[in-house]
Amino acid sequence: MNTPKNLKYTKTHEWLLEEDGVYVIGITDHAQSELGDIVFINLPLADSDISTGEALADVESVKAVSDVISPVTGVVSAVNEELADSPEKLNEQPYEAWIAKVRDVTETEDLLTAEEYEAFVQSEA
Amino acid sequence: MGNYLPSTPDERQAMLEAIGYTEFSQLFADVPESVLLTEPLAIPNGLSELEVLNKMQSLADQNTVYQLILRGAGAYDHYIPAIVSSVTSREEFQTAYTPYQAEISQGVLQSIFEYQTMICELTGMDVSNASVYDGASAAAEAALMCVDRRRKKVVVAGNAHPDVVATIRTYCWARGLPFEVVPARDGLLDADSVRTASTDAACVYFQQPNFLGLIEDAPTIVEAAHTAGAKAIMGVNPIALGLLKSPGECGADIAVGEGQPLGLPLSYGGPYLGFMACKKQMMRSLPGRIAGETKDKQGRRAYVLTLQAREQHIRREKAGSNLCTNQALCAMAVAVYLGAMGSKGLAQAAQLSHNNARYFADQLTNIPGYALVHDAPFFHEFLTSSPISPEKLEQALAQKGILSGLPVGENILWCVTEKATRALLDQAISIIREVHAQ
Amino acid sequence: MKLIFERGGSGRTMQYLPEGDTPKAVLPAHLLRQQPARLPEVTEIEVGRHYAELAKQVFGVVSGFYPLGSCTMKYNPRINERVASLPGFAAIHPLQKDAEGCRGVLELAEKLLCEITGMDAMTFQPSAGAHGELLGLMLIKKYHEQNGALHRKKIIIPDAAHGTNPASASMADFDVINVPSDENGCMDMDAFEKVLGADVAGLMLTNPNTLGLFDPNVLAITEKVHACGGLCYYDGANLNAIMGHVRPGDMGFDVVHLNLHKTFSTPHGGGGPGSGPVGCKEFLKDYMPGSALMGNHPDRSVGQVRAFHGNFGVVVRALTYILTLGADGIREASQTAVLNANYLMHKIKEDFPVAYDHPCMHEFVLTLEQLKAENGVSAMDVAKGLIDHGMHPPTMYFPLIVHEALMVEPTETESREALDEAAKAFHAVRLQADNDPESLHNAPVSTPIGRPDDVAAARDPILRYTFPE
Repeated sequence: MNTPKNLKYTKTHEWLLEEDGVYVIGITDHAQSELGDIVFINLPLADSDISTGEALADVESVKAVSDVISPVTGVVSAVNEELADSPEKLNEQPYEAWIAKVRDVTETEDLLTAEEYEAFVQSEA
Repeated sequence: MGNYLPSTPDERQAMLEAIGYTEFSQLFADVPESVLLTEPLAIPNGLSELEVLNKMQSLADQNTVYQLILRGAGAYDHYIPAIVSSVTSREEFQTAYTPYQAEISQGVLQSIFEYQTMICELTGMDVSNASVYDGASAAAEAALMCVDRRRKKVVVAGNAHPDVVATIRTYCWARGLPFEVVPARDGLLDADSVRTASTDAACVYFQQPNFLGLIEDAPTIVEAAHTAGAKAIMGVNPIALGLLKSPGECGADIAVGEGQPLGLPLSYGGPYLGFMACKKQMMRSLPGRIAGETKDKQGRRAYVLTLQAREQHIRREKAGSNLCTNQALCAMAVAVYLGAMGSKGLAQAAQLSHNNARYFADQLTNIPGYALVHDAPFFHEFLTSSPISPEKLEQALAQKGILSGLPVGENILWCVTEKATRALLDQAISIIREVHAQ
Repeated sequence: MKLIFERGGSGRTMQYLPEGDTPKAVLPAHLLRQQPARLPEVTEIEVGRHYAELAKQVFGVVSGFYPLGSCTMKYNPRINERVASLPGFAAIHPLQKDAEGCRGVLELAEKLLCEITGMDAMTFQPSAGAHGELLGLMLIKKYHEQNGALHRKKIIIPDAAHGTNPASASMADFDVINVPSDENGCMDMDAFEKVLGADVAGLMLTNPNTLGLFDPNVLAITEKVHACGGLCYYDGANLNAIMGHVRPGDMGFDVVHLNLHKTFSTPHGGGGPGSGPVGCKEFLKDYMPGSALMGNHPDRSVGQVRAFHGNFGVVVRALTYILTLGADGIREASQTAVLNANYLMHKIKEDFPVAYDHPCMHEFVLTLEQLKAENGVSAMDVAKGLIDHGMHPPTMYFPLIVHEALMVEPTETESREALDEAAKAFHAVRLQADNDPESLHNAPVSTPIGRPDDVAAARDPILRYTFPE
């Protein structure tokens, strides 16, 4: 399991990176491996409002579908449209394949460090 | 009597003992004793096959089989080539289930793929599903497809089939969606009313030809819906598509319809089939089964059920629809019909139906008191006035083996297909004249 | 193999229709289609051979053992087909009045199915099980609406339920409350009691449940739902286990749906047409559906879920079957279905452990979790391996609460030797899993195609044939 140290994580298997007040969100290596081959992602609309705990996107594999839960409250400032055509990027490079960027963040869930997330995944297994 | 059990009572007793039981009642040990039936069900004793056939034949004999059917209104008496039932009665096709195991279901999957292609061609749409229950439920499912967080209202043309209108209304009531009917004027929809009703609507459903048989100015209705920001769902008679502009040519977003005219018997209302096709942009909202092409490991062309993550067995309460069957055998009948008839045969069925309907309308309206209620062009159904009670006319025609048009208030909705001949139609006209003379 | 569009040739056609003897009528040009539909250009022999080829690539109940759990793939008697095709049924228009015989069929089928289920009324409008679920939930919604209790939004559904249950509840705008199963595979009573309350609209229960187990607490469950003002819905998917032995109506259920294509032997047709009649108790009768065009709704009807009377032709087949079996035959059928399932379970549980080791009803669920952990062989691998032994695999990966599940439903129309053969096939696959697990990843090898690439199919969907330019 690949868990870069510079990122924060959620218990619902998203990763976060803060860059100058903008939060970049994607799904973890563990999440993509559990889902299997991802065939489609339902992306959010740019400029839409999003709250913590809401589904930001959903990701489909052949036999499963999973919500990507937003760990922040804010406004979607950018969407990685490339994933619409190449959802397999979520499998191949989960930490490059960001899903959305969120600005004007007013609230953030309690986030995990890489070590905490790894321990959490171990405990779930 | 007949129970289709291959094992004999002795064999079953031996099997029971082989797994450590003595009494069959032990198999039902978890059922609370207070509700276990102690008396046999109050239904008749079983019968032999011959007795059952006679019993069912006697029920069938209580129905009147007409030599000429001048009634449509959602169920149409078209000619069905013999090859259709010859294919669909093959036991392999009949006794298979949903093709979950692609390796042993290529026959069913490929036939669905071919059906989807034919429906796309017929409707001018990009994507078709494997079919749904019937035309009315297809229309309701199509309406639900269009609803999103911002637009929830469903608008339906008042001159669509009453059962279709009621089905959409019922689905909307259940889902808690606003529902509005746009009334027709002189039998036809009016683009301004459609536009007004659609301003905050998710979609507009209208029917071509409409319930009264009239041909709508479909491109204009579609445009009115789009101008207001609503999707346009076009319900179409598939035989009419042999002649009329396709929903694709009219700009519609979704095409639905009752597939029964394409090779399925009347059968007192079912099994029929609802076809459902849409533009590519809406592909992932399309409910129901969909077959797709892929390859196996050796690179051989193969077909599978695909886009399954839309469906209820994966998405459960988040699924857009609970659909999990199609009418596969009916879809196969449609594919055989369209394959055998071809584009020319379909156009011919449409043209002959139209010719016969116009001929009959002309002859009928020559009789005093019978007039077309509407001026607009019609396909193979039309509404006339009647100087006598429609029920009386119905009886007179029935005595000569002809099912009259459907009484609609004081008027009659007639339908004529390619199965009619000039001689049969002339006979119907002379019966009507006689009744009139009395 | 070729698609129908790749057969035949330009201009080939059959002459099914006459030239016509009425004058040609012309519609205004702006109404006419510009782009003709590109349909196959073939003659009848080409159509016949095409479908003969397709028929070779289909596995039906006539092809061999078909223990597809939850689907009740019993034998489809041929007489049912003959009866449904009698012109006195097949040629009857749904809006013709002189159809005494058709009404007779529906009335008799209603009477017999009400007796089998313990209900007071039945409608045949729903065309499949899921369609019936939706209508059944509409009846429950209408009941609460009439009683001014629309705040009742919760539908209780066990986590072992078919996916259609929650999806149907959503379509009727209810909130789905999932209740977990206990260590015996039945409803966890503590968790169940916690969700009861004044906001409960009803319960949907399949019993026997999808693990093939009869929930012994069923009477307590329905009583508690009633006590808090909710109604009880019986999902009839598994009625084949109990008909003639116990009735949903006697177990406290208010609404049921049946699957005539499962329990009552009408053919599945590769995925339809089915029929999902809904039965209800007297107090819900006024909410049953009708047809707007025929004006035959009860006063306070929910409306309708499709046109006309439903899949009449399927009802004809089911009635033929019920009349053939009679009271004794129906009871014997379900008893034998339960016997066959227990017999087969007994024979294969050494090779593949049962998820809940308890006498089953008409089906049972295996779990291959350990096999997968030890040998890397999945439920899918075993299913595909069974294909090479000439049988249809069981249902895979359902119910969701069992990992690596295989759900086996032999039905009553299999002989002892057929079950023995199946047990041998399971055993052979188990040996293969132990001795040569790699080979199972490539199964099946005896079929026209190997495992298809589902991922490619879903990533870049090809959903229709593209004609050459």
